[in-house]
Amino acid sequence: MKAVYGLYDDPHVAQQAVDNLRAAGVADADITVISSEPFDHFEFGHRDAKTVMPWVAVAAGAVGLALTYYLLGASQRAWPLVTSGMPIVPMWTNLIIIFEMTMLAAILATVVTLLITAGLPSRGGKMYDPEVSDGFILVGVENPSDVDRLEPALAIAGGRVKKIT
Amino acid sequence: MNRTLTKPIADDLIRPLFQTSIWFYAIVFAAATVVACGAAAWGYQIWFGIGVAGIRWPVFWGFYLVNFVFWIGISHAGTLISAILRLVNAGWRRPVTRCAEAITVFALMIGAMFPIIHLGRPWLAFWLFPYPSARDIWPNFRSPLAWDFFAINTYLTGSVLFLFLPMIPDFALLRDRSTGWRRKLYGFLAFGWRGTTKQWNRLESAMQIMAVAILPVAVSVHTIVSFDFSMAAVPMWHSTIFGPYFVAGAIFSGIAALIIAMAVLRKTLGLEKYLQPLHFDNLGKLLLLMCILWAYFVFAERLTVWYGNEPSEMAVFWATQRGAYAPFYWTMVVCNFVIPFIILANPRTRTILGCVIASFGVLIGMWLERFLIIVPSLAHKQLPYSWGSYGPRPTEITIMAATFAGMVLLYALFSKFVPIIAIWELKAGLPSRLDTATQTEASLLATRLDSESFPPESGAPRGARP
Repeated sequence: MKAVYGLYDDPHVAQQAVDNLRAAGVADADITVISSEPFDHFEFGHRDAKTVMPWVAVAAGAVGLALTYYLLGASQRAWPLVTSGMPIVPMWTNLIIIFEMTMLAAILATVVTLLITAGLPSRGGKMYDPEVSDGFILVGVENPSDVDRLEPALAIAGGRVKKIT
Repeated sequence: MNRTLTKPIADDLIRPLFQTSIWFYAIVFAAATVVACGAAAWGYQIWFGIGVAGIRWPVFWGFYLVNFVFWIGISHAGTLISAILRLVNAGWRRPVTRCAEAITVFALMIGAMFPIIHLGRPWLAFWLFPYPSARDIWPNFRSPLAWDFFAINTYLTGSVLFLFLPMIPDFALLRDRSTGWRRKLYGFLAFGWRGTTKQWNRLESAMQIMAVAILPVAVSVHTIVSFDFSMAAVPMWHSTIFGPYFVAGAIFSGIAALIIAMAVLRKTLGLEKYLQPLHFDNLGKLLLLMCILWAYFVFAERLTVWYGNEPSEMAVFWATQRGAYAPFYWTMVVCNFVIPFIILANPRTRTILGCVIASFGVLIGMWLERFLIIVPSLAHKQLPYSWGSYGPRPTEITIMAATFAGMVLLYALFSKFVPIIAIWELKAGLPSRLDTATQTEASLLATRLDSESFPPESGAPRGARP
């Protein structure tokens, strides 16, 4: 993997580096920003914010609901237990289990969606610098076509440029 | 500029993981010893049979079920409080959430053990699991015990994930800062986290969705635990108020447990800079609110029973008000209402120490409340010939003590391997993050964060007089 990136102490400088890369003609999708915390109050922190996760959770909840409704009814009809005058398939009591399974399905789907869309677990091999954990913000481009063109865009006061060749 | 602000925070919060005092070993050793005694007591019960416990006709639910309800109640500390504070975006939540979520997971694990201990023959516990079997023992989904299975497992799964997901970025930080086996362990737990903007956005979205999903589950869990009682035609159990009454009591005891845990962590791990008086003041206010709500529920429940004047219920009523169980009842009232109300209603006494004293009172009172719900009702059923009494045996007391020690042990070990305060969440709440927000937003948010996340060193609660 080839990469060129800058490490910045200050999020304002990191934002400037992102803007410079854009000005240098790098597509938004090719710019990688890595930090040890979310930066919700900076423009670069809102890249890739759109997600279908809520809809996946709702859909999974609906599937969990339908599946539990079916399985409960099927189990109860397969072995009809008569309990204190209640119907064989009593909706009042079944609703409790249906509710729990609906929520469990939504929770599990959320976690699975998070893992898939965030690319976790990952075995590495991508652009990273352990100095990020010390508070530096990494702004860079993986496999750039022209490293020399991007280096000046990342070389801003308050930052250090590194290259992986 | 960023690093000068955030690096000391990370250093402070990671330090307890790499520096171990003699006190840590002493606490772990003491707690492990008590847990070992509990395990031996359980082994003794398995070997000689459930008869070594004090539960016998007509009181078949004794200490084990009291502790089951108590610990499930304590589990409401974390995920529920954390989810509410996360949803309302309360700035002061940041140092509190992980302490709270850990309590939930450990308390649920401990609570869920009690029905298995209570079985007497734990190796047959799988008979209770609701699956169609070849032995013609089919699950009865109309039984509240089957509901418990689903509710507790859903809540435990959700709570574990709710605790684990925000730990991933901190594991990545620890991976980069550690060596040897720790580096391998944290590397494995970090799942290859890098901290790209996409990963941060997905994590925050997931936490929001899970907060929404886990709230009704938390409420449902203790409602269903209350159904274990209210679905039975036993005096003072068959009540429509039991669901919300149990939920209120659970949150009440949960907050108390959280305050005590935070106070202990603050002292033992040197987190005075992060767990400030303001956090205790805010939690103290919540505890006061729940104290008043609890008193309201007790009054509503007692008044309805007294007004109804149904003989079998009045037998239980008077047994607790002025009979054999009266000392426990009035101790409960003092511990759950009188002490916390006096301490917490006054801003001058709502200090860290005051909150801790009130919380200890609440834990004792709530344990007694669980005891008073279960034992007097079973000892005074409808027909007087079936009345009886209950006294715990050493086996039950030892096992109970072991679960409290188990909680201490699990918490001590957890705080040794995981930063007990979410580092990235704390850093994200720093006022410097607001610089590029609009002027109005910045001033509003800065006021909130400056005063709530990082109040002055004096840590005086807002509104407190100098």
